[in-house]
Amino acid sequence: MTGKAISPEQGNRKFLAKIEAMDIDVSACFQCGRCSAGCPVTEFFDLTTMEVVRMAAYGMEEVLINSKTIWLCAACETCATRCPNEIDIAVLMDVLRELAIRKGVAPSEPGIELFHRSFLGSIRHWGRAYEVGLIAGYKLRSGDLTSDMKLGWQMFSKRKLKLLPHPIKGKDQIRNIFSGKGKEYER
Amino acid sequence: MKLSYYPGCSLKGTAADYDRSVTAVCTRLGIELEEITDWNCCGASSAHMTNHEVGVRLPMRNLLLSMTSGHDILVPCAACFQRMKAADKSLRDNPDYWDVDCYEPDFEILHISRFLASEQRRARITELVKQPLADLKCACYYGCLSLRNPRITDAPDYEQPKSLERIVEAIGATPLRWSHRTECCSGSLTMARPDIAVKLVSDIVGAAKKAGAEALVTDCPMCQANVESRQMELEGQEPLPVFFATELILAAFEGTYPEKQQKSHLVSAEILAKVMSSAAHNSKEVI
Ligand code: SF4
Ligand code: SF4
Repeated sequence: MTGKAISPEQGNRKFLAKIEAMDIDVSACFQCGRCSAGCPVTEFFDLTTMEVVRMAAYGMEEVLINSKTIWLCAACETCATRCPNEIDIAVLMDVLRELAIRKGVAPSEPGIELFHRSFLGSIRHWGRAYEVGLIAGYKLRSGDLTSDMKLGWQMFSKRKLKLLPHPIKGKDQIRNIFSGKGKEYER
Repeated sequence: MKLSYYPGCSLKGTAADYDRSVTAVCTRLGIELEEITDWNCCGASSAHMTNHEVGVRLPMRNLLLSMTSGHDILVPCAACFQRMKAADKSLRDNPDYWDVDCYEPDFEILHISRFLASEQRRARITELVKQPLADLKCACYYGCLSLRNPRITDAPDYEQPKSLERIVEAIGATPLRWSHRTECCSGSLTMARPDIAVKLVSDIVGAAKKAGAEALVTDCPMCQANVESRQMELEGQEPLPVFFATELILAAFEGTYPEKQQKSHLVSAEILAKVMSSAAHNSKEVI
């Protein structure tokens, strides 16, 4: 938990409208804790899953988009699958991450954000994920050149890593997809 | 029978051997696979986790490319399957929103294990087995994305799935009851937070070993790579190999587990070759 109290007074209506538009019914939460009980990474979170849902219901966007939890969430969908009120919690995490990026909030787990960005950069460029380029790009930009060296070498020697990318023909269509600028957020 | 085939990026890269076993098994079962022309990456977790629109539009392009063929689409990768299903639902729900005039395809998106585990195909698999994998004790491991969220995947028994166990039984191996079949291995975090991946993988492998497993069996290429590779960091523990279900089926069909295939694993996969040669030996004695 962060120091901030959970209180409806700090609510942000635009944020509430956004999650409503995505059909995420956060007000349905009765704090049963099932989402948190099944979450595989809960011990690494700064806000538990059930706290995220309640804070979202109170419109506490600022705290949420600055949390580590939104980046550490592995998108495993266990919470949303088990929520007795069918609240789409994993989609809520997606919305929070996207908001954090669009608002230029410095990610509280920069390595994870960088990984997603490197992965998408590879797709934007080639149309398919190009593992060697992705790993090299991620490693260079994160400055973490030493971890997983042994693993990388093993993958390489077992020919698991393909040295050349597989570009697709419709690359310009892929660029168009990425240039959409998120029309959902402009509406 | 003819199907459209969406291999996805993993199967063209780190999981190339998965691609080979899927296509070989389908050929033996008389299923013709036609790869979707010029398919693109589905965006995996990273796209939908950070950009909803890109996360739908990437798999949407593949769906639109498959519209004309009319065949069901076979997807071996759990992440690709989940993303394709999610895009399909969004499009069916509201094609206008995605600037598509009409979207009423009559294809189904098929996940490999549920497809292979149908009663009829399982019976055919058993008929084709040359060497049953007698006594190989398997902990079937599903991970997340072929099952969850069931509102996306339409998985019928998402908390207690059975498809992998049924496949394993059909080739004469022994599926075990164990606790972590549908737990997450945190594949999407493995590069940036290896510490988390090591912890989750160690829990999963530990649970499988407690149940007496000699191997894990999966259908997810991210789980396969993550669970094998992160075990390399668990010192002083005998690692468990992670086989693809189709890899086991192919070995049973061919009656051997070639050295070359063994080498595609990051940890020792010797157990399968051992089980096969001792099973072959025993069956000779019976004759
Ligand atoms: S499982 Fe659903 S209802 Fe229960 S605490 Fe979590 S979000 Fe709220
Ligand atoms: S989707 Fe995220 S929050 Fe939900 S259970 Fe999985 S890791 Fe936890």
